[in-house]
Amino acid sequence: MSLEATKEFNIDTVENAAATPKVELPWAELGLKDNEFAEIVKILGRRPTAAELAMYSVMWSEHCSYKSTKNHLRQFGQKVTPEMKKDLMVGMGENAGVTNLGDGWAVTFKIESHNSPSFVEPHQGAATGIGGIVRDIISMGARPIAVMDPLRFGAIDHPDSQRVVHGVVSGIGSYGNSLGLPNIGGETVFDPIYQGNPLVNALAVGALRHEDLRLANASGVGNKVVLFGARTGGDGIGGASVLASESFDDTKPSKRPAVQVGDPFAEKVLIECCLELFKASLVEGIQDLGAAGISCATSELAANGDGGMNVELTSVLLRDPTLTPGEILMSESQERMMAVVTPDNVKAFEAVMDKYAVEYSWLGEVTDDNRLTITWNGEVIVDVDPSTVAVDGPEYDRPYARPQWQDALQADTFKASNAGKNLPASGDEIKAAVLELIASPNMCDKSWITRQYDRYVGGNTALSSPDDAGVVRIDEETGLGVAIATDANGRYTYLDPYLGAQLALAESYRNVATSGAIPIAVSDCLNYGSPEDPDVMWQLAEGIRGLSDACQVLGVPVTGGNVSLYNQTGTTAIHPTPVVATLGKLDDVARRTPSGWREDADGQAIYLIGKTFDELDGSEFANLRGHLGGLPPKVDLEVEKELGEILINASRDGMIDAAHDLSEGGLAAALSEMVLRYGVGARVALDDIKKRDGLDSFTTLFSESQSRAVVAVPRSEEVRFNDMTSARGVTVARLGIVDAQSKSLEVQGEFTVSVEDLREAHEGTMVKYFG
Amino acid sequence: MSTELPLIGDYSTPTTQLSGARIGVVTFPGTLDDRDAARAVRAAGAEAVSLWHADTDLQDVDAVVIPGGFSYGDYLRAGAISRFAPMMDKIVDAANSEAKLPVLGICNGFQILTESHLLPGSMIKNDHLKFLCRDQLLRVENNQTAWTNGYEAGQEITIVLKNQDGQYVADEKTLDMLEAENRVAFSYVGWNPNGSRRSIAGISNEAGNVVGLMPHPEHAIEAGFGPDHRGTDGLTFFTSVLTHLVGGKK
Repeated sequence: MSLEATKEFNIDTVENAAATPKVELPWAELGLKDNEFAEIVKILGRRPTAAELAMYSVMWSEHCSYKSTKNHLRQFGQKVTPEMKKDLMVGMGENAGVTNLGDGWAVTFKIESHNSPSFVEPHQGAATGIGGIVRDIISMGARPIAVMDPLRFGAIDHPDSQRVVHGVVSGIGSYGNSLGLPNIGGETVFDPIYQGNPLVNALAVGALRHEDLRLANASGVGNKVVLFGARTGGDGIGGASVLASESFDDTKPSKRPAVQVGDPFAEKVLIECCLELFKASLVEGIQDLGAAGISCATSELAANGDGGMNVELTSVLLRDPTLTPGEILMSESQERMMAVVTPDNVKAFEAVMDKYAVEYSWLGEVTDDNRLTITWNGEVIVDVDPSTVAVDGPEYDRPYARPQWQDALQADTFKASNAGKNLPASGDEIKAAVLELIASPNMCDKSWITRQYDRYVGGNTALSSPDDAGVVRIDEETGLGVAIATDANGRYTYLDPYLGAQLALAESYRNVATSGAIPIAVSDCLNYGSPEDPDVMWQLAEGIRGLSDACQVLGVPVTGGNVSLYNQTGTTAIHPTPVVATLGKLDDVARRTPSGWREDADGQAIYLIGKTFDELDGSEFANLRGHLGGLPPKVDLEVEKELGEILINASRDGMIDAAHDLSEGGLAAALSEMVLRYGVGARVALDDIKKRDGLDSFTTLFSESQSRAVVAVPRSEEVRFNDMTSARGVTVARLGIVDAQSKSLEVQGEFTVSVEDLREAHEGTMVKYFG
Repeated sequence: MSTELPLIGDYSTPTTQLSGARIGVVTFPGTLDDRDAARAVRAAGAEAVSLWHADTDLQDVDAVVIPGGFSYGDYLRAGAISRFAPMMDKIVDAANSEAKLPVLGICNGFQILTESHLLPGSMIKNDHLKFLCRDQLLRVENNQTAWTNGYEAGQEITIVLKNQDGQYVADEKTLDMLEAENRVAFSYVGWNPNGSRRSIAGISNEAGNVVGLMPHPEHAIEAGFGPDHRGTDGLTFFTSVLTHLVGGKK
């Protein structure tokens, strides 16, 4: 017997399963391992029905169950101090974490991956990535207020990058723009290592009043279970189990049918409809349908509730009437939600659905027997303890070990390598290197992408790309708002997985502080290769350990996130890429600091905060010379924290008018970007820093030492600024001044480059490759 | 009736504003910029009244804004389904009546106005085939309409442009007529961002009470939350209509 046989007139019931223990089931094709199938048989005390097998196979997939990482991810909970939990209203494990902002406001945000679908079908894959994360935010009772997208593509000049980049960007744009959510930032990195495994991560943030908080649980015996939104179709079947939990392989058939197809209009209507339900308090519990579809929604709602649930599957509205019960349970059709409604609220619920012309069907009700039972025309096809499906899935302690090649990699430093010979030294050579850097695929202007996204809708966007963090206002009366930045450097993490993860957090924390916001929460999307490879598993274990340690030092809790594994082609894994999103709070977004100086800042003093070391390993410059080896820049989280406090206080007290963090491309990139932000020039000198830090001009400009920022200080504030930094014992150097007349960036004694030449170099690259 | 329950920027509760004018903001399924339009109305000093597409009561509003978005997903043709909304029948009648209800259509709202035949021509996909979001320089070609009387003739303003289907097209005869009758309200300055015929960004009807344009004045009404440079150029749309309503002329 196969799944195809489970048609309307030949349903594999629980009774049938008990009576026919010997029937062969396609558990291996559904991605289950033999020990996992044996476990299911043990839990049920019989073979699973076809429908039960479908449910277990998706819910026990790597994507849904975190079976390879659970034992490591626990560190995020274990390393949380009571102080870090102070503002945490909902932590990891729900659809998204919720953090208190004060004044009765809360914010919820989460970052997730949609990597594999975006490679198979870039447009739909990226689009539905936005759709899924936005529904997570709605599920918490929040109004989504912004989205962001950290992206990793293969080489910019590889032919397939045309397909992937155009598809992903148009997918994010068409879906996000149609939802009315401003896209406020993200990052775009090109590296051949992502050629067959592009990373498409999506972040959404929402705001809610405390009283509107909703959770995914089914409680209250007799309460009704309703499925609403789009109809269930045949798209995305096995998306979580087959697509997201396996490596790609040329020998297997195309997996396109496993990619979901999005309808942003349906999602926009669903957002407004859900918010009206929340305002009128018409739902007791709510869950979006994402990975694993109805299997996930029913088992999670039931497992989180205080009873069980009974669902009649033929009540599900279908797009395709030929779907089998198993397919209906596994379908990942988009724009669907499941809610629990008291009998008293049924009429009012239906009135809201009718107003928005949203289809719905009542599937069943909450029971008191702690079982999830699913019937097909009254015949029981699923009878399970929902916890065994949703919570107590398999857990693996995968073997891991520091790879043998790690030592050799770390010993291969840039300056000792052939690539590090003949580094730019004269003014002309350094100028050429600066232009080459800011025109390079990773450092070039990304407005070719961001101008395809709506950054204005909502009227609350205070900062967006290319500023360091996206800033959105939440309360128009008070100006209360949030800042978010996402960061990861796969090269650093490859060189040192522990430090790399900490560097990702340090940079996103710094970006948020640079905008003037106080970092309060973190969400992470851990993109790695196959956990079955001990080298990769070590990278992952080190990454989680590094990130959780760093969160503890910086005092920001991880409130949720996602793990994306099997990002590898054959045996070649991507660079470990832990994308970290930090969220910060601004009491008044009018105080936010932009990443460049305007014309009216003419004459303001430019300062570099922080010390520069000879740190070029893993840098963008080394990358331009084709070198990757050595050790990433040092991390000192206490210094990072101190820098953050200075940036936040200086912003609050009006001591700085512009600030930009130093990261990839170092001081050279930061100064160029600050000049280009509003097209206003500057005059700087490096002598003091070179002498103080014992470096040559090239290293001073291109080193990627951490915990640094460039700020513009009004002349009237210089004394206060210097008093504050010296009182805190922080290293600062006065670099020069903003020069609005010069229309150029002058590095005294080295070179002068016009704003026009900088712009041409910076803005030409994306257009050259993508039109 | 209460039709909108935003968590942010709640405008469902009427507030008494200085001018006493009531300006309706229509929401269709898929409308996106309704909150922004309501905020702009309030910033100008009027009361924003939420109008739901399926209702038929104009609630005695003094003017109407049809905001941008992707009503019905733009799946058929932008604005093609929304024009059949019961509320649109009322708006079309009121705009054509003797009272000449002022109506402003922004982006998708402009598309709905052309589909409703309140304005001539139509919009097709941008000539470069991509969604484009940018700060856009416009020239005010006609400052004699209900929505532009606060601008100087020939004034250049920067507001937000963001759309997929923004290329204004009409036959040559219509274009000649629009120019001859001074009904081109706005044109793009410099680069034509979507291939619109004769760089037309917005037009009016003959009486000047109905104006439609692709760019978004409602996103340029508050410094710091709109275009980088001169971020409040769009507010004059909304103050103009108040001037118009109290009978003020330039």
